[in-house]
Amino acid sequence: MSILAKLTAFAITRFSWVITAVQGFWPGGEPDLRQAVYFANHTSNGDTILLWSVLPYSVRQRTRPVAAAEYWLNHPVKKFIGEQVFNCVLIQRDAEARTQDPIEQMVEALNDGSSLIIFPEGTRNTEPEMLPFKPGLFHLAEARPDVPLIPVWIENLNRVLPKGEVIPLPFICTVRFGDAMNRKPNEDKYAFLKRAEAAVKALAPEEARS
Amino acid sequence: MSGPYPDLMTLLVAVLAVLVTASTVGFVLARLKGADNPVIENLNARINAWWVMAIVLGLAFWWGRSGVVLLFAICSFAALREFVTLTNARRADTWMLAALFYIALPLQYWAVWTDWYGFMAIFIPVYVFLGMPILSALRGETDNFLIRVAEVQWAAMIAIYCVSYVPALLSLNIPGFEGQNILLIAFLVIVVQASDVLQYVWGKLLGKTRIAPRLSPSKTVEGFAGGVGSATLLGAFLWWITPFAFWQAGLMALVIALMGFFGGLVLSAVKRDRGVKDWGATIAGHGGFIDRLDSLIFAAPIFFHLIRFWWTV
Repeated sequence: MSILAKLTAFAITRFSWVITAVQGFWPGGEPDLRQAVYFANHTSNGDTILLWSVLPYSVRQRTRPVAAAEYWLNHPVKKFIGEQVFNCVLIQRDAEARTQDPIEQMVEALNDGSSLIIFPEGTRNTEPEMLPFKPGLFHLAEARPDVPLIPVWIENLNRVLPKGEVIPLPFICTVRFGDAMNRKPNEDKYAFLKRAEAAVKALAPEEARS
Repeated sequence: MSGPYPDLMTLLVAVLAVLVTASTVGFVLARLKGADNPVIENLNARINAWWVMAIVLGLAFWWGRSGVVLLFAICSFAALREFVTLTNARRADTWMLAALFYIALPLQYWAVWTDWYGFMAIFIPVYVFLGMPILSALRGETDNFLIRVAEVQWAAMIAIYCVSYVPALLSLNIPGFEGQNILLIAFLVIVVQASDVLQYVWGKLLGKTRIAPRLSPSKTVEGFAGGVGSATLLGAFLWWITPFAFWQAGLMALVIALMGFFGGLVLSAVKRDRGVKDWGATIAGHGGFIDRLDSLIFAAPIFFHLIRFWWTV
């Protein structure tokens, strides 16, 4: 990382901490340091930042968020943050415009030893109920069955910056990690995705579960 | 500011001695009963957090007026954030909350910093009280309107207004006590926090009869009487840092300890209502900022106004 990227990363994580006092909670209290795929609920553009900032420094260095290329590449500042600061794996959501298969890109990153952050709902969700997961997570689990999949629940960030508002409001946010899971032998796509959804939902505080 | 330094230094040395003793006891207990005993672990986390709090407060005192105002402004910010996180505030309340965090809070502390009592004392109860519902109504969301507005007004009073009375003690003009007001803050903070700790200690040693089992299972009659009683005595023996006589200092300490106790009780009721155990997890072993500030929040305004009524010109 360049000095400028490091400074930007520091500024972004400090700022998000001032606004949200974010803390990460791991099962058993100790962070899981293995290479992993973190999959989380998605309610705000800041989700990536919060999840990333609560990871231990060494883990953060090799963790790459998977994000939409069309969002991160349409402005020079965003391009710098997306590529240099977060080292995102940028995928094309629009199938027509694709030059590379997103799953291939993610598997490549895993093969390089990186961890991934993905939001299997596929888009920012403004409803209280989580959206059904897209199959990407299943394909990753199939391609790299050895990499643990860690469910994550990000709480309250949708209140900090609701879609369409411009001023971030201070609310306490928490990032809750669950127990690592893997695809069971012969588990089909539907059953696996339902189980993954349930693992994320189980981390939500009671009133958010339905 | 040459006056308070000898007294303040004596006080700091005493606090240091208490903390060293506490850490030693914590260390010995951890050795005897095992460091992974949850009660001991929590005790030691609390003691360590006490060190940090004492050092931060000491640094603010050393910096002087600006340091104290800034420190409590930061406490207010953190407390307000904890409070609104537990409310029903939603998207339609964005303007109201933004105004509270980014306009009302700085204005209140600016008024405290510039010694403008006439503004500091009425800004939140009058202007903010009327302004909040206006801002919320302009967004047109009527669902739960009264509940949402009332919650945010409570948040403003508790987290901004009441907390700002601590640095406001610096602007009281007490004949013969000029330049030493920082000792009033030291007196208040020491009595309030000692009362909390002593209630905990007496409760752990002798506690049997619960005062409000549904609210706070750890509050007992024995802890309450022992804690408030010993904090009153402690306050009386601190008369030499205050403008009060010995018996007056004791009475003040009694009022502070009682208000502090009720502050803890009331804010526990709010927590129970919202189904949480702590206001946050920012201060290891203690919970959130409000968990540590609750008694100060109820004691500070009363302490301020009693002094203002009887001692100032």
